[in-house]
Amino acid sequence: MNDHRYEIRLSGSGGQGIILAALILAEAAGVYAKKEVCQTQSYGPEARGGKSRADVVISDAPIDYPKTRALDLLLAMNQVSCDAYFQDLKPHGLLLADSILVEQLPTDRAVSIPFKEIALNKMGNELTANMVALGALGTLSQAVTVKSLEKALANRVPPKSAEINLKALREGAKAARKIDLDALPPTVTPDEEEV
Amino acid sequence: MRPKATPKRQLLQGNEAIVEGALAAGCTFFAGYPITPASEISEILSVRLPRQGGTFIQMEDEIASMGAIIGASLTGAKSMTATSGPGFSLMQENLGFACITEVPCVIVNVMRGGPSTGLPTNPAQGDVMQARWGTHGDHPIIVMAVSTVRDCFDITVQAFNFSEEYRVPVIVLSDEMVAHTRETVVLPSREEITVFDRIRPDMPAEWYIPYEGDSRGVPRMAAFGDGFRHHVTGLVHDPRGFPTQRPDEIDHFMHRLFKKISKNLKTIQLTKSFFLDDAEIAVVAYGSVARSAHRAVLEAREMGIRAGLLQLCTLFPFPRESVERVARQCRAIVVPEMSIGQMSREVKRVNQGFCRVEKHSRIDGQLITPDEICNRLIQLHHS
Repeated sequence: MNDHRYEIRLSGSGGQGIILAALILAEAAGVYAKKEVCQTQSYGPEARGGKSRADVVISDAPIDYPKTRALDLLLAMNQVSCDAYFQDLKPHGLLLADSILVEQLPTDRAVSIPFKEIALNKMGNELTANMVALGALGTLSQAVTVKSLEKALANRVPPKSAEINLKALREGAKAARKIDLDALPPTVTPDEEEV
Repeated sequence: MRPKATPKRQLLQGNEAIVEGALAAGCTFFAGYPITPASEISEILSVRLPRQGGTFIQMEDEIASMGAIIGASLTGAKSMTATSGPGFSLMQENLGFACITEVPCVIVNVMRGGPSTGLPTNPAQGDVMQARWGTHGDHPIIVMAVSTVRDCFDITVQAFNFSEEYRVPVIVLSDEMVAHTRETVVLPSREEITVFDRIRPDMPAEWYIPYEGDSRGVPRMAAFGDGFRHHVTGLVHDPRGFPTQRPDEIDHFMHRLFKKISKNLKTIQLTKSFFLDDAEIAVVAYGSVARSAHRAVLEAREMGIRAGLLQLCTLFPFPRESVERVARQCRAIVVPEMSIGQMSREVKRVNQGFCRVEKHSRIDGQLITPDEICNRLIQLHHS
């Protein structure tokens, strides 16, 4: 009945490349992995700063309702968006956050990776943090593979910046492979105390 | 032998698919003024049209844009404009001119929250009645609604075809949700779609009577420069195109305008039915809300509620027959829409006491959710 809908939200602040990351994610799943995809975003009349968010629904069956209802995965690239959208996670959903930019994690069921720092240290360009995060997302979610992300990225990004972005994607994937999801608590909400 | 090209799987926004539909239907002229959330249509056509020998003009405003597409159509081009609420308001005067002069053209209105500049980046469905009655005077018009990216392509092609076939402006109502949602889609090839071109006069020029309807009630349309004399006026005119005040000629003219549409209601009134066969409670919806409604109906069915969905693709002429059939069959209808209740009034109008009709309106700039509609279905089920 759920048509195996997998719902992802990418969030951060304006200028972090959240929308581009969502676009590549949607194209990877929809065009290269041939799944059904709906990508939506919300924005206001102002164009810069503030919260930026983009949602991607990935499904095996045609998608009717295009927006997200309960998230399987939330990527938070700053504290504000983490606080704002954490409540939208499913109980078994997963929070993926930048370990430096998100200082306070609202749950233990979170994977925290220093995306921005990896981007700066390995690529020498913090603007590639979105691709580092996308690589990690591809490794940790069951909805999309890093391979199809690479294909979509190569197609979407101008050739001269493709290489550095591909490297960022792979660095993100590498960092995420060290994570053992089974070691995390099963739900984002703590167990209730027995009384 | 060349291998058959595999259909291309793409990730497209609704606005992008409208461009593809327009080009596939043979649009060669676009005039417009950029406005959120319709700007992508102008942006992309400004690149694509000149490349294939067409014309793109960014006009000084929407009044001029509407005038330009009427003029272009009179020269034989298939023309289109795209706008949102504020621009659509400005187009109303010239839209009436296109109605009375029977000039084919397509107007895309990507609905956002109103009135006035309202909510530029939020979806709404508040322009439905304006699309039908925005320009003054009695006039026939065709209004269609899109709900998916694929719809954006198909309905735009259909809008051009209706416009050419019946010599009537056709309005395509989209909304911010459909316009900016990116979806995977495989568009049909040019061979797979039907394109209708306006019927031109084939008699000697001196025999041409420009506003005499053929057997369909639709006059043959000569393009300026074809060598056929014709006069174009916003005044009510006789078959030769000259202003008339004779009641018999006025009556004949006005009724011909309406008849060419009403004789073809079965072809024009497009709807889609989901799970209606055994439905007791129905949702009547259009545009992006129809997508939420589809999900709500599925979930209600899981709970054992016999729910169904009638999706309106043509909003006007209002698909009375399809709605009446649902009203006779079901004991209740709910009409969810992102307006204070414009389409629900139409549903109530055709429901001659057959069933209960309730509106579910939302005017806070947010898409109605499946849960909201499902809750209404549960309430109606228990009432």
